Amino acid sequence: MSAGTPTGKKIVATTSLAGCFGCHMSFLDIDERLLDLIELVEFNKSPLDDIKTFTKDCDIGLIEGGCCNDENVHVLMEFRRRCKTLVALGECAIMGGLPAMRNTISLQECLDEAYRLGPTVADSNPGRIIPCDPDIPRILNRVYPCHEVVQIDYFLPGCPPNADLIWDALTSLLAGKELALEYRTFKYD
Amino acid sequence: MTRKIVIDPVTRVEGHGKVTIHLDAGGNVAQSRLHIVEFRGFERFVQGRPYWEAPVLVQRLCGICPVSHLLAAAKAMDVVVGAGTGDGLPPTAEKMRRLMHYGQIFQSHSLHFFYLASPDLLLGHESDPATRNVVGVALTHRELAVQAINMRKYGQEVIAATAGKKIHGTGAIPGGVNKCLTEAERDALLHGPAPLNADQMVTWAQGAVDFFKNYYRKNKEFVDGFSQFPSNHLSLVRADGGMDLYHGVLRGVDADGKRILDDVDPQDYLEHFREEVKPWSYMKFPYLRALGPEKGWYRVGPLARLNTAEFIPTPLAQAEFEEFKAVTRGKPNNMCLHTHWARLIEVLHAAESMRELLQDPDILGGELQVKGRRRAEGVGLLEAPRGTLFHHYRVGDDDLIEMANLIVSTTNNNEPMNRAVNCVARALLTGVKEITEGMLNAIEVAIRAYDPCLSCATHAYGQMPLDVTLLDAAGAVVSHRRKPGR
Ligand code: SF4
Repeated sequence: MSAGTPTGKKIVATTSLAGCFGCHMSFLDIDERLLDLIELVEFNKSPLDDIKTFTKDCDIGLIEGGCCNDENVHVLMEFRRRCKTLVALGECAIMGGLPAMRNTISLQECLDEAYRLGPTVADSNPGRIIPCDPDIPRILNRVYPCHEVVQIDYFLPGCPPNADLIWDALTSLLAGKELALEYRTFKYD
Repeated sequence: MTRKIVIDPVTRVEGHGKVTIHLDAGGNVAQSRLHIVEFRGFERFVQGRPYWEAPVLVQRLCGICPVSHLLAAAKAMDVVVGAGTGDGLPPTAEKMRRLMHYGQIFQSHSLHFFYLASPDLLLGHESDPATRNVVGVALTHRELAVQAINMRKYGQEVIAATAGKKIHGTGAIPGGVNKCLTEAERDALLHGPAPLNADQMVTWAQGAVDFFKNYYRKNKEFVDGFSQFPSNHLSLVRADGGMDLYHGVLRGVDADGKRILDDVDPQDYLEHFREEVKPWSYMKFPYLRALGPEKGWYRVGPLARLNTAEFIPTPLAQAEFEEFKAVTRGKPNNMCLHTHWARLIEVLHAAESMRELLQDPDILGGELQVKGRRRAEGVGLLEAPRGTLFHHYRVGDDDLIEMANLIVSTTNNNEPMNRAVNCVARALLTGVKEITEGMLNAIEVAIRAYDPCLSCATHAYGQMPLDVTLLDAAGAVVSHRRKPGR
């Protein structure tokens, strides 16, 4: 797989699956180092820019969130195909995170609560409609962590991982060095 | 495990925002739909958790405005623990929460304006999508990029100091807060070395408002005319009609400024609000019960707030408010792109409010938490960056949550966003056979003005992928185009 730009910049792609975007926000919390980063890398598909589809193979793919619908699975598999190295960023990507709290409950119960039983819908949904349409993705029976769907190369813990940790991990990866994760960086909040 | 997932080939193009436009037999736009493709089930799975977990759990709905959910849930739980409804907390607790909230408004609005909207304004709607993004701005307008990064950083520092952590902190708890500021923390935020201090933020915020006004002067026709349509507007306001983003009563006005919801206590929201469910979107459609789904939908967010409030209680923002109101002669402003202007006036108000709060000795110490007679139910509302946010919980005698109902800001804007898309589609697509890239951009610009918190309600972000399908009267696909990459 060929990646990298003619000028030798590594190419990075990011995505948010069933996450809350907090991991992307923590990434932005590297603050002025963002300006250094854009000298080091070129961004490809990412919700942070205007590139909606992969236009080339990438060196690093950062994945936030696990898989809660068929579209998430599709995107994750595409990331696996197009990125040399995949990093699961944060608890949701690593273990399903908070959305996986629904795994102990049937999907139907979750849908009923949101669309049929809640106090602002109970008497205003006479058709007892639950969204279902070819134009919206199908929800999976449970929330899957990324590594149950594709092979993941690295895992960055935290909810979200701290900005400094993201920066250290990214710069280590760019330099081709292994990053030693210290015990104190493991926070499952 | 992996092998167990059985999914048919997914041919649907990936993307979180999806638009379909239906044409009638005459080739005119009959209907447009913005589909929201995400569902998570929070309402159900927080049931059975202890009530004090709610603020930390539900903020995981959204990492872009976690403080809003943290505070809305804490406010609802204030009622549950008998601490009152927004005015019962000790001064230290209330002011710490306000500081946290204004830090959140400041960082979220700065993020939206500089990272998402400014590429269009600085580089042009028609510019090359490859560079029309925040990286493009950073490469061509480095000074502005440094300013943007520092404004966001300052807001995040305020959040870290009040909530304990930049993203998903724990600062607000039922009945109060779990920390106040040390003098060192206060001094750093108030008078820290440039540029990270309160005065610099006020100056930059004023500069951002001026920046937009300048753009407006040069592009008045475009800014005024783009996706303009009448609607109702809703927000919290203070009892005296002043803007208050943390606490107040619910006020709604129609497109002409007539009151349609007269300063309702948030605890009574259920009497006045209902939601409609449509099969083609996971996002519900809220409306005012008295007016019904057809007439009762409303806009929320910066534009709505400037339409419902009578004044802004900080001087610099008030001066800008007056200028803003003069454009529509005091009547509600229904022009979609004026939302950007309104948002920047709020950035200025947030900067002034943070400076005021940081100068208040109450944030350095005092009673942090109160409790009173335990109740079974509580409602917490606040004005999140993107608009009114509703949290409603019922808690059993065993302290476990029995019911949770959340109406997030972006959900409140569901119908207006659909109307905005429809409005643009009608203007551009009537009678056409082919969708062009320019048309896609126009639709995206309309949606982006609402700053949909695609995490709260969907979870793409910012310049979301768009996939537009044009259907004829028989439902056959006339043209399909997705927003291309480079
Ligand atoms: S790990 Fe935490 S911050 Fe990241 S997406 Fe999940 S909930 Fe959000």
